[in-house]
Amino acid sequence: MSTLADVQALSYIRAVNLALEHALATDPSVIVLGEDVALPNGPFGATKGLHAAFGDRVIDTPISESAMVGTALGAAMGGLRPVLEVIYADFLLVAMDQIVNQVANARYVSRSALTAPLVIRTQQGHTPGACAQHSQSLEALFAHVPGLRVGVPSTPRDAYSMLRLAIESEDPVMIFESRRLYPTKGDVAPGEADAGLGVSETVRRGSELTVVTWGTGRALVEESLADAAAPSVDLIDLRWLSPWDSGAVIESVGRTGRLLVVHEANETGGFGAEVVSTVSSALGSGLRASGRVGLRGTPVPAAPPLAQAVLPTVSRVSEAMSALMEV
Amino acid sequence: MQALTQGLVSGSTHLCIGQEAVPVGACEALRDDDPLITTYRGHGWLLARGVDPVDFFAEILGRDSALNGGRAGSAYMSAAEHHVYGENSIVGAGVPIAVGLGLACRRAGDGRIPVVSIGDGAMNQGNVHESLNMASVLRIPMIVVVENNGYAEMTPSAMLTAVPAAQRAAAYAMVGLEVDGNDPQAVRDVVAGARSTSLESGRPVLVEAHTHRLGGHYSGDAQAYRPAGELEKHRQSDPLVQGRKLLSEEQAGRVEADVAMLVEDAFERAVAIAAPKAEEAGTHVYAR
Repeated sequence: MSTLADVQALSYIRAVNLALEHALATDPSVIVLGEDVALPNGPFGATKGLHAAFGDRVIDTPISESAMVGTALGAAMGGLRPVLEVIYADFLLVAMDQIVNQVANARYVSRSALTAPLVIRTQQGHTPGACAQHSQSLEALFAHVPGLRVGVPSTPRDAYSMLRLAIESEDPVMIFESRRLYPTKGDVAPGEADAGLGVSETVRRGSELTVVTWGTGRALVEESLADAAAPSVDLIDLRWLSPWDSGAVIESVGRTGRLLVVHEANETGGFGAEVVSTVSSALGSGLRASGRVGLRGTPVPAAPPLAQAVLPTVSRVSEAMSALMEV
Repeated sequence: MQALTQGLVSGSTHLCIGQEAVPVGACEALRDDDPLITTYRGHGWLLARGVDPVDFFAEILGRDSALNGGRAGSAYMSAAEHHVYGENSIVGAGVPIAVGLGLACRRAGDGRIPVVSIGDGAMNQGNVHESLNMASVLRIPMIVVVENNGYAEMTPSAMLTAVPAAQRAAAYAMVGLEVDGNDPQAVRDVVAGARSTSLESGRPVLVEAHTHRLGGHYSGDAQAYRPAGELEKHRQSDPLVQGRKLLSEEQAGRVEADVAMLVEDAFERAVAIAAPKAEEAGTHVYAR
């Protein structure tokens, strides 16, 4: 295996792989488990080489998501640091009891006498041809639950550093990666994890409009901003939804007066509404205009033209920005 | 029970009256540091594990108990100091967690083994199937104690269960054992055997303990579904009644007086404990 010192630009998936390798190498209590993660080297390659290097600390499980999450929880309560891979976020729904009723409550109900320092890694979002059971974006469901931490990395650097932070956290953390972003490359900061849990990144500074996004939304917004007619935008990549960096967003909207939230998940009942509501409560009439761009209220269809009709697109983001600038 | 009728308990409880021999016998066979997970009917397990009855009553009464500060109540109590990782209010949900505790014990290599109690109704939960298969293929020692009291909530188990628990063990390449769950000595011996078998074989072992629930599914259960005469018949095999026969009249009288005093004293002390402070409600959601 190469080390970080050897590498400048890494793919997102390789960054995940290196974060796992680092955790296994430095903390003997870390274990990695999931479907196809050991001998097959991971369905998408996130665990490549880890079983060869770390043996029975990297465990292939049966296709039993409820048992997988429960096993990770029991192992965490028993003193280990499990990192569980769930191949598609859609499969988390099979294990909802263990995640919501068991993992999230362990610390609270025992007054921290029992804790669940585990990580659930998964990937989500639309991939062309994938159907409604392999394309959802579910971060809002889990950000809704007290006791869980939720992160949605959008760059290789964050895929590395956020997973490092997640594994070191004393709380259960869910990391929602994106399969579409797995091949994208970027510089990864070597050494220690550089971003704090819950800290956003201001990607660019502007004066007329604050755009808040995470995950696949970031690239979409950046593409929209390449248009010469785009307004002057403060672009914030939230990175974490629980805890989320409301302070940075409120400060930004306090300057720009306008707020747009862009995410791939369903608009209805989505986390964008949480962001808008929080900013509105904090700023009152200081928030002149706000909007959201997300998945229109349908399941995700398989055929690309159908999917494009309901997913957030560059043109929908551009239109939303223009509409807000008219207020 | 008295506290319930006096209205001191908020909500309902799930009492294990009639099933006491299972936790008492099992805990005799286990190490004190074997991780334990129970059903929501877990009061007997916590007491058998050595939890202070004052703390125990205080938790059920919603007081600021040393156990969980009133957060868990009757059905979700845990006692980390006693290696009790919790009752569980979701039927069968403790079994996957026990697999993970077993994984941690195996890695620690210190000879501990987790024990999870479930009811016979939990055998029909998907995550129980998943977990038994997983523990077996991953070679994780653990003991699953099925407390078969004949009822899955309020429906006779026989109406809901195609194949009894102990027979199902074979489907997961596990040893499945049966025991008279009203005989604490028999339970102790079978669980001790199960413990050795599981540690030696590296596979989970299932122990089906046949017992009777002498109360309802929950405290408000009028038990209209019980056939006439059933409770009276089961009272004959009540482990407390059976146990009394092992003692002289004098010995039994002394034990009963001691226990009555202990319970009364613990209850009074628990009632005297203050309610948790409202500002505590928002703490311990996260590590920081």
